[in-house]
Amino acid sequence: MSKPKPKIKKEAVPMPKQDPKERGHNFNEVARGYTEEQAVAEAERCLQCVKAACVNGCPVEVDIPAFIQLVREHKFDEAIRKVKEKNSLPAICGRVCPQEEQCQANCTMGKVGDPVSIGRLERFLADWERERGYEIPQKTASTGKRVAIVGAGPAGLTAAAELIKFGHEVVVFEALHKPGGVLIYGIPEFRLPKKIVEAEAEYIEKLGTTIKMDAMIGRLRTIEELLEKFDAVFIGTGAGLPLFMRIPGENLCGIYSANEFLIRVNLMKAYAFPKSDTPIYVGKKVAVIGGGNVAMDSARCALRLGAEEVKIIYRRSKQEMPARAEEIENAEEEGIVFEFLTNPRRFVGNERGWVKAMECIRMRLGEPDASGRRRPIPIEGSEFTIDVDTVIIAIGRTPNPIIQQTTEGLQVTKWGTIVTDENAETSIEGVYAGGDIVTGEATVISAMGAGKKGARAIHKYLMKSE
Amino acid sequence: MYAIVRKRELAPHTNLFEFSAKEITVKTKPGQFVILRIDEDGERVPLTIAGANVEKGTITVVCHEVGKSTKQLGRLKEGDFVQDLLGPLGKPAEIRKFGTVLCVGGGVMVAPLHFQAEAFHEAGNTVIGVIGARTESHLIYEDEMRKVCNELHVATDDGSRGYKRMDFLKGLLKAKKVDRAIVMGPVVTMKTVSEFTRPYGIPTVVNLIPIMVDGMGMCGACRVTVGDRMMFACVDGPDFDGHQVDFEELMARLKMFTPQEKLAFVFQEEGGRSQ
Ligand SMILES: Cc1cc2nc3c(=O)[nH]c(=O)nc-3n(C[C@H](O)[C@H](O)[C@H](O)COP(=O)(O)OP(=O)(O)OC[C@H]3O[C@@H](n4cnc5c(N)ncnc54)[C@H](O)[C@@H]3O)c2cc1C
Ligand SMILES: Cc1cc2nc3c(=O)[nH]c(=O)nc-3n(C[C@H](O)[C@H](O)[C@H](O)COP(=O)(O)OP(=O)(O)OC[C@H]3O[C@@H](n4cnc5c(N)ncnc54)[C@H](O)[C@@H]3O)c2cc1C
Ligand code: SF4
Ligand code: SF4
Ligand code: FES
Repeated sequence: MSKPKPKIKKEAVPMPKQDPKERGHNFNEVARGYTEEQAVAEAERCLQCVKAACVNGCPVEVDIPAFIQLVREHKFDEAIRKVKEKNSLPAICGRVCPQEEQCQANCTMGKVGDPVSIGRLERFLADWERERGYEIPQKTASTGKRVAIVGAGPAGLTAAAELIKFGHEVVVFEALHKPGGVLIYGIPEFRLPKKIVEAEAEYIEKLGTTIKMDAMIGRLRTIEELLEKFDAVFIGTGAGLPLFMRIPGENLCGIYSANEFLIRVNLMKAYAFPKSDTPIYVGKKVAVIGGGNVAMDSARCALRLGAEEVKIIYRRSKQEMPARAEEIENAEEEGIVFEFLTNPRRFVGNERGWVKAMECIRMRLGEPDASGRRRPIPIEGSEFTIDVDTVIIAIGRTPNPIIQQTTEGLQVTKWGTIVTDENAETSIEGVYAGGDIVTGEATVISAMGAGKKGARAIHKYLMKSE
Repeated sequence: MYAIVRKRELAPHTNLFEFSAKEITVKTKPGQFVILRIDEDGERVPLTIAGANVEKGTITVVCHEVGKSTKQLGRLKEGDFVQDLLGPLGKPAEIRKFGTVLCVGGGVMVAPLHFQAEAFHEAGNTVIGVIGARTESHLIYEDEMRKVCNELHVATDDGSRGYKRMDFLKGLLKAKKVDRAIVMGPVVTMKTVSEFTRPYGIPTVVNLIPIMVDGMGMCGACRVTVGDRMMFACVDGPDFDGHQVDFEELMARLKMFTPQEKLAFVFQEEGGRSQ
């Protein structure tokens, strides 16, 4: 362990970003990434703590001090290998992990200055590697066992990568026409370029996984039928069913769920319309309802598609916003307007059935609720109306229901999530599950952690039945 | 990639396609649909399955050209491929012995209606078929329908063949005991027929085709109001109780992207993209 340098900079090396005025009109990535010099300079700030608290904050326990030490020594190839021991999708996690609540929240440097920018270093290494071409590890001797994975989101793809490494044959079934789950259909290009997701999915295919697209399990084949051909099944179908407000006027034209809006823009590339075939309509005055990553992404997409004014309507205050801090800051810089402590009551339409206004009410914060956040309470009499021509509802998503509806004997909670034991096994023997389908909406890295855990449990199960 | 193994022009701008899709055929039931994407930049086009041949490994759809994507599909030939074909989607129609079943279809949707009428016939029902089109040359599947219906009526909007419009149904419903009605076709047809059956309390199933994107319950573009509930047609339907559907809302929502679609169309006609 090398001694920390005598004088350590309190401030993190800033991330080069596209100018806010410019980026509000394009879909290119906002954050540009560290150069080698910047990465090494940032790595120098790490104290190489013996009891590295940062590692405890990472759901997949990346050996953070070890990989940072290798960055300092300019051994980028060894550093990325170190990261990949625990995290098979670092280019993605480095970009979208809520680091301020995870690894960086615990960083010792954070007590005296900025925490070490662990995510940015991970991203740097992954990009460095991708530019040079991946190293494909040797294939493990085959066990002759076959595993089916349902859903090609971060949970499913991570489980696939793990299982292949154990020597099992893996087939991933994905209903959409592209792998990646939320990474491809939800998170926008300017935050996570699609070529990165494609490259990571390709890497997993190169490891030897087969990914079958256009395959909706539950309809094309049931879980029961998969079990006839495979020795085990992992379900990672995510939480994609959009919630609506259930208030009057919600089905007016011009009102989208965030998922519809983002699927059109990202998966179907509506921003390139009419070169791509899928249309989208964005008016002049856009209101986005919600305060999470999904709301930020929707608002920033709307801005890039030509809206004159984009407002985020959130019923709590800024402190309670669940979005990543960096994305809130990016949205503010780009000129998104925030209306805190505000909730819509109803939508008003014109004679053609299009939304033209939204009646809102002001809120105040009461006692903390079950989630630990202070509960918003409407202030009666504070109603007011704002003019809108496009509304995007981003108030949450619930589990995709098809598997639950079509699998007899699969235990499900009242929220629609699949019940698993501590080994990620469901109520059906040989069927495992993980990611948003088990926890409800969470994060990319926790879905990956669940994929990894599921894969290990499946491996144990398959080798035991030998 | 999915090959077109057979293509037939059934009426002006209306083509039957048989796609090679072995896996889908095994699971297909009447009432379900597929979503296809022609190429890498293509949009997701939902089409109702009009037949499945398990031995041949093919599914049949009949597509009417209305805009950019359906016209592009219409230009494909036997031996050509489409990039994606996802299905079967949606809940299958409820097929069992009801007694007398009235099957009403309009335009291109007569083809998938035939798939259901055939199943109702095989389940031992008396099937009264009604097929309609804008004008005589647009009538499709008449012979096929005749084979599976105990009686078949024909109507056109302009009266060029059979009854003029669907109003004759009022008389038919007065004269006959009908136990169940199925309506597939334009929204106006579904709405009109549902109004005709309402006074008799005949359970009436309408097959809704709102605008869809993913077709798997993730976007809510296909949301419709049925009674006082919000339903997603792609996963909760596409069949719903015609006496409870808010057809006005559905009609407004179907027009949501009309200006953009016109743009895509012009762009295509002026050679913005190959095909
Ligand atoms: C807009 C948006 C922004 C986000 N931003 C962040 C962020 O910045 N940081 C972060 O950590 N998290 C973020 N999240 C959350 C994160 O993306 C999810 O928690 C994570 O993707 C869950 O992974 P998963 O593998 O469980 O499911 P998903 O990513 O949802 O993948 C599930 C896959 O299963 C497929 N599928 C569903 N049903 C079937 C079926 N029956 N048969 C076959 N396939 C099926 C789906 O098509 C999908 O591809 C965001 C989410 C959204 C929507
Ligand atoms: C579940 C389902 C099943 C369907 N089955 C069939 C079928 O068997 N045969 C068939 O010919 N068509 C069917 N359709 C309609 C078909 O999908 C649309 O006509 C097609 O997507 C239009 O694409 P386009 O680019 O050619 O036209 P666009 O340029 O997108 O639209 C042209 C015009 O068609 C209207 N339109 C757009 N989408 C729909 C829609 N979903 N339903 C009705 N009108 C629409 C628009 O308002 C517009 O005015 C079905 C639709 C759904 C949702
Ligand atoms: S995977 Fe995420 S939480 Fe873990 S170290 Fe990397 S950025 Fe931090
Ligand atoms: S806690 Fe911070 S300073 Fe300590 S090892 Fe981890 S990253 Fe380095
Ligand atoms: S088409 Fe997306 S939810 Fe039905």
